[in-house]
Parts: sequence; structure tokens; C-alpha cells
Amino acid sequence: MSANQDDANLLEVRGLTKTFGTLTACDHIDLTVAKGEIHALLGENGAGKSTLVKMLFGTLEPNSGEIFWNGQAVTITNPGFAKKLGIGMVFQHFSLFEALTAAENIALSLDDGSPISTIAAKARALSYSYGLPLDPQSLVGDLSVGERQRIEIIRCLLQTPQLIILDEPTSVLTPQEADKLFETLERLRSEGKSILYISHRLEEVKRICDRATVLRHGKVVGHCNPRKETAASLARMMVGNDVQAVVRAPAQGIETAQPLLEIRALSRKPATPFSIPLRNINLTVRAGEVIGIAGVAGNGQGEFFESVSGEVPQQDAASVRIRGKDAGGLSITGRRLMGAAFVPEERLGHGAAPRMKLSENLLLSRHATDGKVFVGAGGMVKSDAIYAAAQRIIKAMDVRKSAPDPEAAALSGGNLQKFIVGRELDRRPSVMVVNQPTWGVDAGAAAHIRQTLIELARSGSAVLVISQDLDELFEISDAIAVMHNGELSKPLPIAEATFERIGLLMGGAEPGHAEHALETS
Amino acid sequence: MDITVNILLTIATAATPLLIAAIGELVVERSGVLNLGVEGMMIMGAVGGFGAGYLTGSPWIGLLAAIALGAVFSLLFAVMTLSLATNQVATGLSLTLLGLGLSGMMGTSFVGQPGARLPNLDIPGLTAIPVIGRLLFGQDPIFYISIALTAAVMWFLFKTRTGLTLRSIGDSHTSAHALGIKVIRYRYLAVIFGGACAGLAGGHLSLVYTPQWVENMTAGRGWIALALVVFASWRPWRVLAGAYIFGAVWIGQLHAQAFGIPVPSQLLSSLPYLATIVVLVLISRNKRLTMMNTPASLGQPFVPDR
Repeated sequence: MSANQDDANLLEVRGLTKTFGTLTACDHIDLTVAKGEIHALLGENGAGKSTLVKMLFGTLEPNSGEIFWNGQAVTITNPGFAKKLGIGMVFQHFSLFEALTAAENIALSLDDGSPISTIAAKARALSYSYGLPLDPQSLVGDLSVGERQRIEIIRCLLQTPQLIILDEPTSVLTPQEADKLFETLERLRSEGKSILYISHRLEEVKRICDRATVLRHGKVVGHCNPRKETAASLARMMVGNDVQAVVRAPAQGIETAQPLLEIRALSRKPATPFSIPLRNINLTVRAGEVIGIAGVAGNGQGEFFESVSGEVPQQDAASVRIRGKDAGGLSITGRRLMGAAFVPEERLGHGAAPRMKLSENLLLSRHATDGKVFVGAGGMVKSDAIYAAAQRIIKAMDVRKSAPDPEAAALSGGNLQKFIVGRELDRRPSVMVVNQPTWGVDAGAAAHIRQTLIELARSGSAVLVISQDLDELFEISDAIAVMHNGELSKPLPIAEATFERIGLLMGGAEPGHAEHALETS
Repeated sequence: MDITVNILLTIATAATPLLIAAIGELVVERSGVLNLGVEGMMIMGAVGGFGAGYLTGSPWIGLLAAIALGAVFSLLFAVMTLSLATNQVATGLSLTLLGLGLSGMMGTSFVGQPGARLPNLDIPGLTAIPVIGRLLFGQDPIFYISIALTAAVMWFLFKTRTGLTLRSIGDSHTSAHALGIKVIRYRYLAVIFGGACAGLAGGHLSLVYTPQWVENMTAGRGWIALALVVFASWRPWRVLAGAYIFGAVWIGQLHAQAFGIPVPSQLLSSLPYLATIVVLVLISRNKRLTMMNTPASLGQPFVPDR
């Protein structure tokens, strides 16, 4: 029987298509996942990976195409049915409830009616057997991102799935946590489970995956054995052409350069029960250098950015100094007037007003600093000057768009980010602070943004970059400091920084206590 | 002694409609839906309860009609906000305005008519016990329902799996949807429960509190119930405390006015509101607990992408 031949394939997808309006997010996708393999789904942001797995998990309905499970045609209409089939999912943006405990979160996705205490005991036992210790009574809102992911994984394993889908699981982990995850995945594979592993990180795909399917613009562009490919050849498949490497000339005479951004004993109480306090942060960024701040998400980076940008002013005016003057008590506009520029993490709603045109967004952030150029007599707005400036930025940053002056929300994430970064660069700021400069940006645009940040520094500005992407920080930084639990380590010069040292700091180890940290983690 | 008992009984009568309406709204808001139409659903319950009781002569049928009318009226809100994803605040406000107008129209022929009153409990031997007899065994049936309802909602929300699911939807409807929880279905049921409670609270006004129909007789009690839910940080026992503090100060200031205390009556009339706010703010000082109990997705429309 044909079913026997199909036996090796746990999941087969034929011609799966999903459209949103005029956009075809997934265009006739073919994919097979064999039993006991780790199968990579590779692609850039927006290539259709998440849409595809949402259809496999039943949260999105395909427009056309077929799904075969163990050789049988199935229609997955909801996540409950997917779970019944034996498909488990670990979400990229965690589907956890912050105000509930770990055990309650797990109970919510299990269909059996067993009491919470039984589930908690099971979860605890399972978590220890996989080396992912978990306290079922802890409140999710109090947990680190890595610990939250453990809950997702344990929750998924408790349903005893045959196929586990992991959506960008390592994007929020320290390198050491990622290693631990890979061990878990290899153990699951040895138990005969299949894993569909979604990522755009090529090194880890080469390391743990048996086969890979590459997506670009919603289409399958190739199947390969990642172990036989190089990172460069995988990148070419993903992007469609070669990605320009970022060039970073060594900074000269930084030690004697003028400090442009100084942070002195910056502390801040947590604003909400689930936010992180800042504890005595000290940092100096000098003219000509790029300092990177690494850290696992949710360790105070957001709070730190708010304090440095002036979104939340400080009590102590001397805790933030810009170009040698106290700026701690000033608002974001006051700090901009001193020559600083800021790019927040959240593009829509923070970096730009979604339903306003690019030119209007330009005016919103620069009406004070460029008042003479953009605002005329009697407070009348000079639309022509603003439009011209917006077009200049669009050209300089190669922003791709569908209309001459579209609404911010109409741009793709990467293009909007290019515009927002360009808007600040256009001022030639002497201090630039950027939070997650290339999050969700495609490889080509990311390289462009990184290069412009380096060039801004080399032209005599101080650049501070907060990022979760270690590769990015190693590419552009002259020194890297690590934020953990609201504290900032001393910056390590890039020559001394290694993935391992930074990773240990991200996990909370003090330099010099590295061995101890390895034992406990 | 008798005066004290009488005062305690009137406090319970004043607090009961607030408690019932607030407990219903608490369940609605715990599911992440903000229904500002409590006042409108309450007044529909009041007119429906009175009307059915008056026409049939049976206050019990009136009671059922009050519950049914509140529930049906809330269904309108549910269809608008949940199926059609309209703005919850605007829809709730218009529900209140619609309810006030509609009830006035329905009730024109009831004005001035004597209504049916739900009888107080009377258990031979028990109700006659001095002092506690009337407090424990001699009140109107809706009083007992309100206490049982509060206990049942507490048990449901914090001890049952369904209650946990409801709270999870209020915390994050996107996460709940990703897990395959039927967000819209849960919210429909929660809204209808809230409507039934508001209707029952309205029925208490026209079948127990003042057994007659007066236009606009809810007199803002729906809004007080809404405020109680927020100030009680979405916790049932605090809603109970809030409702009774409000009732106690309300009755207290009425007596004070009757005694002719030389304080402007306007100031005395504002005391229940002030006292309730102060007490509930004081008991919800713990910011962490408040955050944990606040439904994070409250008031946000949910439209699953398909």
C-alpha cells in the first residue's frame, strides 16, 4: 500500500497557499518532514515561515493546498485538532499569560481535567528530566525570557507530540541557553520525534538540522542538506543575492577623545511589577566609537533606553550627560536640542505614528531641532521643506515604498526602520542611541543600517547600540557591555570580547566567576 | 436593638443590587470585555421585572423576566462588540442611553401602579429568633442570591479550569487564541452572564427595594457598580466589601440628614461615593496584586486573522 511508502514522512504539505488581500504570504509551498528528523525552515523576515506554520497549527486557514499527516489527508481547522494529531508548537512571540503561574499556563493548553497540582508535579518532573528546571508556582511575569521559553517547551512536551514546531527559538536566548536547547532537541530526535525548526540563523541550522527547506517571498526556493552547505551559500539562497559585508575600520585614539554621552550612577525603580529596576549604571561613549549593549530581552534594556532618551526623565540631572552638560532632567526634546538622536525599539507607535505620512513623522521628531527650517512665521508648517527633507532621507537610505509620501504603516518593517534611522542620521547628531537597530529587518537593509552607524561614529559622533543580536554587535561595536537584571557590565573592548565571554555575562556571571556560572546554569 | 436590626436590613437592601450588578460586570471584565451598558441593562431588568410582576401578579415571574431582559439586552452588546468588533466603550454607552429611553417608553403605563413585591423569607421558628433571626433568615430572596452568587463567582474564577480559561482570555486574547481557546464564545457567555446579573439587580430595585416603576429608577447604580469593579481590582470579595461600605454610608447619611445634622445635605449625599473610593483605594495599595488582577486585554476588540 502507498501508505507504507509514506510511512517515513510524518508530515507532507503540497501546494499550500495563503493570501492576505493582494499579498501572497505563502505560494504553493511543498514540504516534507520525516520521522525523527530536525527539519529547518529557513527564510528572511517576511518570507512566509510564520504564516506556513500557523496553517500547520490551525490558527490560519489556507486558501488552497493539502496537508498529509502520516499519509492521511487532513484539514487542520484549529489548534485543538493540531494538538490531537500530535503537533506541538513553541511560539516565537510567546503565547503565555503573564498574570498566571507557570502551572496554570501549562494547564490551559492541556485538555485533560486533572487538577493544577497534578499538572504542576508532572511539569516539574518532566522539566528536570530534560534538564530545563522549572518552578511551576512561579508567576510568568517574573520570569526571564529564557525561562518563559522553558514553559512553552514543557507545555508542548506534556502533550506528547510527534512533531514539534519551534518558531525562531534562539532569538531570545543567550548562547549558553541555546546550547542547552540544542541538547534537548537532539534528545527529542533520538526519541523519534520530528522537529520543524524555523530560523534565519545559519550557523545553528548547520549545526543541528538534518534537512532544510528555504523560503523566499513566500515561495520554496530550494531544499538542501545544511551540513553540506556553507553559511554564505545558505544566505544566498535565503536572500537571493550576496549580502554585502559590513566594513569596520578600527577606531583611532578613542581613549583621548571627548566623551559625548556619559551615564553616571543611573538608577531607576521599577515602574510596574513586571519591569526591571536599573541599578547604578555607568557608561561613557566617546566621539568616534560605537558601544554595543548586549543582553537577553527583558533585562532592563527598554528601561535603560527610556532613561537615556528622556522618555522618562531622571531625578538626578547629572545621571545622563550629553556633550559635557547635565541632561538627566530634560525631556526627549531637550536632549535632542543638545545634539542627541534616538531610535526606539518599537517602530510603529514609538518610532513613527502609523497613520501619518513619512513627512509628517519627520516633522514630529524634528520640529524643535529644525524649527527654523520646518516651521515658518506664526507657527505655520513649511510643507515643501519637510517634503524635500523626507525625500532626501528616502533617497539616502534607499527606502522602498509604493507612493511618494506614504503612511508609515504602509511600509514594510525594514523600510520603515531605514527611514527612522535615516531621519535621525540626517541631522548629523553628535550622540546617537539606537535600540534594536535591525530587528525584523532583512539582511540587505540590516547591513546598510549597520554600515551607516559605523560611519556616523567615525565621522566624530558617539553611537550607542542596544541589541539582542550578538552577531550584529560583534560586527559594529568597538566595545560591548552586557546588561543583566538591570545592571551593566564594564564594556569589553571588541578585541577581548568573545561569544562565550559575552554569553556568560548575559547569563548573569561576573567576569572572573565564569566557571561557577557554568556549573549552575 | 430593633433600630439597629432595621438599619442593618436596609443596608443589605441598598447594597444587594450594587453587588449583583458588579459581580456580573466583574466576570465580563475578567474576560477582557468592558461593558459600560450596566446602567442600561439594569433599567431594562427593572422595567421588565416590574411589568411582568404587575401583569401576572407574580413577583417570581417578574424576577425571571428581569433576568431574561437583562440577558437579551446584553446580547445586543455582545453581537456588536464581539461579532462586529465595534468599540466597546461607545457601544456600552449607547446601550445605557438606549436602555434608559426604551425602559421609559415601555414603562409609561406602569407609572403609579402598585407592583408585586417579592416576599421576605419567613422560616417558622428561625426568623423569629431575636436579632439574628431577621438578619439571617428574614431577608428578601435576592439578598441570599447575591451572597451565593459572590461565593460562586469566586469559586468559579479561581478554583475551576473554566474560570482559569476565562481569566487567561482577559489577560491576553491573542495568546488564548493561539492555544485554540474559543475567545469569542467565552466572551459571549461572560457578557450574557453579566447582562443577566444586571437585569436581576434591576429587578431587585422594582420588586424589592421600591416595588413600583419610576422612570430612571436605577439612578446611576449601574455606574457605581462599574466603579466598584475597578476600585475592587477585579476581586469578588472586595466588590462585596465595596458594595456594603457604599450601602452603609448611604443609609448612614440618610439617617444623619433625618436627624438634621448641620452639614449641607449635598456633602452628606456625596459621602457614600467618597468613602467607597477611599476604602477601596486603601485596600488595593498593593500595586503588584492590582497589576496581577487587572485584565490586560480589557476593552480591546479581538479580531482573529483568518
